[in-house]
Amino acid sequence: MFELDQYIDIFLDESKEHLENLNTNLLELESNPSNIETINEIFRIAHTLKGMSATMGFEKTAKLTHKMENLLDDIRSGQAVINTKMVDLLFEVLDRVDNFIKSIEATGKEGSLPIDDLIEKLENVLAVEEESKAKEAESSQSKENEVYIANVIKSAKAQNLTSYKIKVMLDETCMLKSARAFLVFKTIEENGEIIYSNPPTEDIEDEKFDLEFELIVVTSIKVDELRNKILNISEVKDATVCEYSAEDITMEEMAEQPLAALPEALEVDMLEEAIEKTSIAKEAESSKKSMQQKEIEIEAKTDEAQEEGEQTSNRKGKVGKTVRVDINRLDNLMNLVSELIIVKTRLEDIEIGSKNQNANDAIEYLETITTNLHDAVMKVRMVPIERVFNRFPRMIRDLSKSLNKEVELIMSGEETEVDRTVIDEIGDPLIHLLRNSLDHGIEKPDIRAKLNKSEVGTLKLLAYPDGNNVVIEVADDGSGLDIEKIRQKALEKEIVTHEKLESMDEKEIASLVLMPGFSTADKISDISGRGVGLDVVKTKIESLGGIIEIETERNLGSKFIIRLPLTLAIIQALLIMVGDEKYAIPLNNIKEITNIEKDKIRSVEGRDIVLYRGKTLPLVDLGDVLEAGARERDKNDINVIVVKKGERDLGIIVDDLIGQQEIVIKSLGKYLKGINFVAGATILGNGSVALIIDTNSLFN
Amino acid sequence: MDSAVANKYVIFKLENEFYGIGINHVETIEKMMDITRVPKAEVYVKGVINLRGDIVPVVDLRERFNLPMADSFADKRIIINRIDEMMIGFIVDSASEVKDIETEDIDISIVADNFNDGFVRGIAKDTDRVIIILDVHKIIGV
Repeated sequence: MFELDQYIDIFLDESKEHLENLNTNLLELESNPSNIETINEIFRIAHTLKGMSATMGFEKTAKLTHKMENLLDDIRSGQAVINTKMVDLLFEVLDRVDNFIKSIEATGKEGSLPIDDLIEKLENVLAVEEESKAKEAESSQSKENEVYIANVIKSAKAQNLTSYKIKVMLDETCMLKSARAFLVFKTIEENGEIIYSNPPTEDIEDEKFDLEFELIVVTSIKVDELRNKILNISEVKDATVCEYSAEDITMEEMAEQPLAALPEALEVDMLEEAIEKTSIAKEAESSKKSMQQKEIEIEAKTDEAQEEGEQTSNRKGKVGKTVRVDINRLDNLMNLVSELIIVKTRLEDIEIGSKNQNANDAIEYLETITTNLHDAVMKVRMVPIERVFNRFPRMIRDLSKSLNKEVELIMSGEETEVDRTVIDEIGDPLIHLLRNSLDHGIEKPDIRAKLNKSEVGTLKLLAYPDGNNVVIEVADDGSGLDIEKIRQKALEKEIVTHEKLESMDEKEIASLVLMPGFSTADKISDISGRGVGLDVVKTKIESLGGIIEIETERNLGSKFIIRLPLTLAIIQALLIMVGDEKYAIPLNNIKEITNIEKDKIRSVEGRDIVLYRGKTLPLVDLGDVLEAGARERDKNDINVIVVKKGERDLGIIVDDLIGQQEIVIKSLGKYLKGINFVAGATILGNGSVALIIDTNSLFN
Repeated sequence: MDSAVANKYVIFKLENEFYGIGINHVETIEKMMDITRVPKAEVYVKGVINLRGDIVPVVDLRERFNLPMADSFADKRIIINRIDEMMIGFIVDSASEVKDIETEDIDISIVADNFNDGFVRGIAKDTDRVIIILDVHKIIGV
């Protein structure tokens, strides 16, 4: 036995990846059931999962995926036709396997959930398919027969032969039914030709009939003559012979089995019709979707992005040359690069004032290399945000079903790359925003209809890079936020004072929903509206160094815009002095650096402001905020750094500017987490530590 | 816990008393170095240091135990601990020895009645001196 434990991590990683793919492909299958490529892909995934879990000894997973594989094989070979029920069932299987994998991750075992129920369902689907297939084959055969009989009868008529339908009844005491039947057949064949027999000849030979059998015969002899010949055979009780024509065939069938045959035929017809309808609808839907997607792409006017998007969709199924790397090793590599950058900065410090040209050249070269190295390592850590987005279509599908709302989820920019740490953290906040939009934003279909909106709501999830940031938008075309209601609730819950509320604009009021303890939903639902969550979303995003904003318009919808820094570990920063302490301010938060005269500062309600570029700019003295102690301020010219948070600006008064530098962000650690105004620390060239200012927190 | 480590304590001095912390939490003992103040942190958190590339917060045990501030000693030390995967430094007046103290030599009965701060785990008697055994988890408040 080889040791399996060492493979468990790989198994879990790969399983999760396969399940993710499976989810995507099942959704694709649902919207486009005829795509054989998708079915093949799903089959391959199920097959791989089966093999992997069997090797690892996870029998439940192996059994379940095996049954699933069987069903898919049938679909693939055309023996079964895909329908919604089947897709639902496949989703169910996926969820169960997902549960097993999660349980294996947590406990090393598959957990207690059964698989028999799903296996039974899978088997039933297979059985039903086989049955209907058999029926279909039968009916098609009988149809073929009818045509054949009709043709023979017609040609017989042309040759002046008559066709008869003969019903033979054997005596109840008859011991050798097939022998008697054989005699009947022989007698008739001496005088004509048997073109049809019910039950079929094979069954009669095997004695698989009661006491009667029916034949259609083409012969030149007369009715009575034929009848007598048959009756002469011993143990034949009775025989009816009547003339038979091609036209009789269909009529008679209908007349004989009106109750049995008709509904069945109808059912099949209706089913076919229904299938046709749904597939047409789905086709229309998917083409609509692709059209809309194209529109967005055109809107974005990024041909490159479009190309990339196409590449991503083409990528499926292709095997890339990739290596799976433990994230810890990447972190380690990143740390080494960080150290290198610190040493480089140190060298630069030493060289200030040096006139040795060679040394300067070498340092410049070192700078280029470290920058490139940093970029390269960063890129390795970058993952397409697809990894997070992938699970949303399924979630929205299930959620909209349970809410009785119709929603179309449009996603774009899945190829946008973000740092691996962001991927791990951003999922939950996005889930919350999507659920929020679906629950509170998008109205029920009847209300939408009254408002002259399409009954199907639209939920958009976009991601795109913007300079050094990644922007993620969650937008819906629902009711929008109720500003009046937010105002009331905010007062009611004492989130904001009356005076402050008066001075706030709509956007600021809307952002109150992100405050702790806020909820506008009148009814608490399972999905959201417990008053917790949106503030958690805000906290999470801010902990990632990002910001969140809300745009909303009554009855047109709302949009949550998340802005995250592209890289989390190494950034450009401005080093400044407050008293005798050095601090770093991230460059991407800085709008501009300026000097203002001290006597231009006005104090309004205890806040310092200054008129700057025709607008009032609020000011904060960083030294006061950071309690840096008394400092001399004899100059009239003071250094102000204008920072931005979304649309708002703030001037930060600092004592001195040192310069721009590439810095490595290090966490202050768990012990000091939650310290206000500080986003982390960095090590300077001389080995001392400088704190990084969290400019966003200065706005409050 | 390894029994060879279980009974070993790092002994250090604060004001006029000797204190001991279990060696299993101690990573290194460093000489005093530059500390960067962290605004808005608790008073006893002196700031953060650069420990060979790691940012480590340091707590001044004098302030933590409400002892009077003292002039800086030449042999002030920072004892770096790793507690629950968290690095944290304790500033002490001096630290020089590692001692074996048997569990039965630590009197824990006296603690409950007399030390409300809860930092003290017990009192150990060592020939002619008393060593106050500290609970590091209590010091950092976890």
